[in-house]
Amino acid sequence: MRPFAFKRPAGAEAAVKLVAANKDARFIAGGTNLIDLMKEGIDRPSELVDISRIPLNLIRSLGGNGVSIGALAKNTDTANHPLIRQGFPLLTQAILSGASPQIRNMATNGGNLMQRTRCAYFYDLGTPCNKRQPGSGCSAKDGLNRYSAIFGWSDSCVAVHPSDMCVALAALDATVKIRTVDGQERKMNFTAFHRLPGDRPDVDNSLSHGEMIVSIDIPKNNFAANSYYLKVRDRASYAFALVSVAAALEISGGVIRQARIAIGGVAHRPWRAEASERILAGKKPEATLFQQAAEVAVQDAKPLSENAYKVRLVQRSIAKALGRAANL
Amino acid sequence: MIVLKSRFQTKTMYDEKKPLQDQAVSADGSRRDFLKKSAVAGIGVAAVKIGDAVPAVASEPAVEGGIAVEKLTVKLSVNGKEHTLPVDTRTSLLDALREQLEMTGSKKGCDHGQCGACTVIIDGRRQLSCLTLAAMCDGRKVTTIEGLADGDKLHPMQSAFIERDGMQCGYCTPGQICSAVAMLEEARNGEASFVTENINAIPRGQKLTKAEIQERMSGNICRCGAYPNIVAAIEDVQAGGAK
Repeated sequence: MRPFAFKRPAGAEAAVKLVAANKDARFIAGGTNLIDLMKEGIDRPSELVDISRIPLNLIRSLGGNGVSIGALAKNTDTANHPLIRQGFPLLTQAILSGASPQIRNMATNGGNLMQRTRCAYFYDLGTPCNKRQPGSGCSAKDGLNRYSAIFGWSDSCVAVHPSDMCVALAALDATVKIRTVDGQERKMNFTAFHRLPGDRPDVDNSLSHGEMIVSIDIPKNNFAANSYYLKVRDRASYAFALVSVAAALEISGGVIRQARIAIGGVAHRPWRAEASERILAGKKPEATLFQQAAEVAVQDAKPLSENAYKVRLVQRSIAKALGRAANL
Repeated sequence: MIVLKSRFQTKTMYDEKKPLQDQAVSADGSRRDFLKKSAVAGIGVAAVKIGDAVPAVASEPAVEGGIAVEKLTVKLSVNGKEHTLPVDTRTSLLDALREQLEMTGSKKGCDHGQCGACTVIIDGRRQLSCLTLAAMCDGRKVTTIEGLADGDKLHPMQSAFIERDGMQCGYCTPGQICSAVAMLEEARNGEASFVTENINAIPRGQKLTKAEIQERMSGNICRCGAYPNIVAAIEDVQAGGAK
């Protein structure tokens, strides 16, 4: 690993200033992804700014407006918080499906959003990768792409975002609260936080260098009784998703009032299936309806040489997740 | 540095003329003890050489790739004992434990957070010491496998692993045991897992099913495949109400 300076500023303001002043500086909190990237030589910061002790770890009710989860709260604490378990069980399920208990004990919520793809070529310094080295090419597009995207990819990059937590947050219409470099606060819809690769796959998200995630806010909803996170992977636990589905339904009087569906493991960001959501609204929850919604979700899928299986898998996973959410 | 030098110079444990395998077990200790001492002696040589060229308090720090190698002092409590350690900013907690404190119980399996062999308990939480910077642990309380026993009395989880033969090669075992101890504490605290049926109805003092134990221990890989016996050992401890 390359040497780096280590700083532990007292608060968020000082931390943002330090990182903003050095383009090769990085925030570090849980470190579960960054340390690994540094060991591999994929990220080579000259300075780490330790924000792990800054008190942005609260999970608090926003009264009638939902809940705010601190960027520096641990994944474990977030998943197990009564406000989350009771009000947003979809998020609890998604977090607990990811990584291992040890990693969830270390990883923070903000860090979960910031984690980078696990595309094998991104980690293999001996092969071209536009995300790691812009302009070098994409090895996965015509290579080993079983794990790669089927939606939203570009000729530059077919990598997928690895998070489970983010799939639930995309479904739950979350907002990311950000501290800007000049000390202001700005808000971003969660679905706008992560980018599609386009011709700049080296840029994962819409943050500017030095900006810091402060919290992730989830608006109040009526999904708690009818939500489900389905994760399909190569082994039963501790593996990234081949495909995952966050499904949330608001059902009253036997009718779906509104629906949310987000898919993981299929794109450079959590993929909302909005056309499917619209089909569900106003109808009775039935298996045939869920099949229809699932078919619509994959209409625009563009599989690669080795991942056509994901198209059918997404379809079946959506139908199954909706069924579970509706307790059918 | 001086201590290391004098230990090296005693030459009681290593004869350069004899083949290494003939002296693998030293007269006064185990093979493990021997390896540990020779490793320390190796460090001693390097330290002395550097020490000859650079004053103890370096006025010009070493530079790698144009970046100064920064040293920090970290206060760590390990198994109840306070340590003040000089560390490179890059030093992982695992390396600090193994190389600097000579506590080699915590194992380096993958060194990338994928196997769990390095699991230690930091401030009550099982975590991966290979992905933890020592610099970030200043003031933290760390429990390693060496800290679980009460004197000569093994921790119930250690006894259960022996009783159930919860290992073959044993390399993952310290991580498995630290993980299992903290895992049962998490369960007692009412934490949920991905396979928990109803996350909002976890009974007080929940008893974990086999499936729950498997899911909650999935961060610890055993290449020998001793999983059935590991799960059985944990079930024993849970049933015995052990600490």
